[in-house]
Amino acid sequence: MAARRALAAYLFLLPALALLGVFTFYPVVFGTALSLFDYDVISPPRFVGAAHFRELWTDRYFWIALRNSLVYLAVVPALQLGAIVLALWVRRPLRGIGWFRAAYYLPVVTSMVVAGLLWRWLYDESGLVNYVLLRLRMIHAPVHWLSDPSLALYAVMAVTLWKGLGYYMVIYLAGLEAIPPVYEEAAALDGAGAAARLFRVTIPLLRPSILLASTLSAIAALRVFEEMYVMTGGGPVYSTYTLFYYMFDQAFNALHLGYAAAVGVVLAAVTIGLSVVNFRLLRQGGLSYY
Amino acid sequence: MAGYPARAPARAARRRTAHAAATAAHYAGLGALAIVTAFPFLWLLATSLRATGSVFGFPPVLIPRPATLANFAGVWQTMPIGRFALNTVYITGMGIALTLLTSALAGYPLARMRFPGRDVIFYAIVGSLMLPQHVGLILNFVTMMRLHLVDTYAAVYLPGVASVFGIFLLRQAYLVIPQEIEDAAHIDGAGELRLWAQVMLPLVAPALATLAIVEFTAYWNSFLWPLIVLKSPDRYPLAVGLLYLSGLFAHNTRYIAAGAVLMTLPVIVVFVALQRYFLRGITLGAVK
Repeated sequence: MAARRALAAYLFLLPALALLGVFTFYPVVFGTALSLFDYDVISPPRFVGAAHFRELWTDRYFWIALRNSLVYLAVVPALQLGAIVLALWVRRPLRGIGWFRAAYYLPVVTSMVVAGLLWRWLYDESGLVNYVLLRLRMIHAPVHWLSDPSLALYAVMAVTLWKGLGYYMVIYLAGLEAIPPVYEEAAALDGAGAAARLFRVTIPLLRPSILLASTLSAIAALRVFEEMYVMTGGGPVYSTYTLFYYMFDQAFNALHLGYAAAVGVVLAAVTIGLSVVNFRLLRQGGLSYY
Repeated sequence: MAGYPARAPARAARRRTAHAAATAAHYAGLGALAIVTAFPFLWLLATSLRATGSVFGFPPVLIPRPATLANFAGVWQTMPIGRFALNTVYITGMGIALTLLTSALAGYPLARMRFPGRDVIFYAIVGSLMLPQHVGLILNFVTMMRLHLVDTYAAVYLPGVASVFGIFLLRQAYLVIPQEIEDAAHIDGAGELRLWAQVMLPLVAPALATLAIVEFTAYWNSFLWPLIVLKSPDRYPLAVGLLYLSGLFAHNTRYIAAGAVLMTLPVIVVFVALQRYFLRGITLGAVK
């Protein structure tokens, strides 16, 4: 009987485990190993040791991509700060607040392609962004948001902010709801002002959410690709070329699969390193029974 | 305060005015932000309804006169947008159905059966979230080539079917089902499969609905993987197809806008109609 139940359990799990094995565990493990091989799909893989990593060290485009990916991480604190402020704001019991929340969430459910096309038009030399800024006299001549190499990366970052704000707002709203109101009430009874309650009670108790959201956001920022692919194609002159973009190009355009895997491994190492730092910084705080 | 009864009404009135002013300021701030996040969509819709002109030009047109559906008819006739839409519906439908089935199957023994290796399997599934998935992308393409699935719909939806979030969500749903229900079914002599299909599955329907909504946007909007694994444009989903068309017909922004509206409308309708489940899906995913 027990053996039959165990067999039934494994059969229930079979589809999920088979698919996870084939499309997650196998490709991640062997993809990492692939960084030590030369592979172009057609001829069999050839072991080259650490040659790809040595090659990366002197690869100009790799360093450009790495630099851009690291600069792009600036969206993380901006996004988290904005989302926390927004969550605290829309927590108020104002009439019709649900509609505002929905409006902030709208970009989240939109396809990146639609968002990218929209912003490509908005950012155009004769697009709406320039129109509004010219009208407000904040600029004197149209700005080439996406075709100026010194601006393009930041213009793309703004789209990531626009698209992600609502998502993290929802995470923080859930985090705020999980904090029992007694803490703030007790602080208020002890004579803490609104600012003290916010910075000494609410924000420290929100730490688990901040840790989670900033880790998710950093991982997403390091893997940024679709924004660039749709809006700038990595240009102008590689100013929006990221590590993920380089991996994509090497794997699927140049068919240097082993080299692409090496780029992927570096990207993974940066991601893991950053997550560890993030955990160290934000581990404390929150409720102990969380 | 009690010592100055004559002043109290004036003070209360002042406080009311201050309160009203604060409320107005809140609405103004929230409204300004809502304009930034939602306005581009209204502008996209307006552009798709215009008879002439393009997305460029000042001032922006928000209420097109005359409004026309000609762009939608035009984009449907001259571009393969109908084909793209059909592809998207098929990929999304298959993706959701298989994800729900796989998650509903896998979550069940993890929650309600005792068998060797259960905890190891559960932690391996959840732990796979921490793997650098982007490294797997390269070999997934090779796998699809080996399976002769490149340029098929199956290649698009198969890798997403085993959803860690889905398995986790369903496991949580099965966990809270009272033991008595299961015992009663066992006494009636129901086998494992019947017990699952006829007793357990209906009880986790709300979790399945939440998962379906979350997966709907994921499959509908998925872009990178279909871009990699599909080669012929007549198999493209809307996300890939729309970008492809915007390159081919860069001058006709009204048509592209109409296509973008066609792609976005279903997601927005589902989101607005089922907002509560939607947001629950996000927060459940986040509390992992």
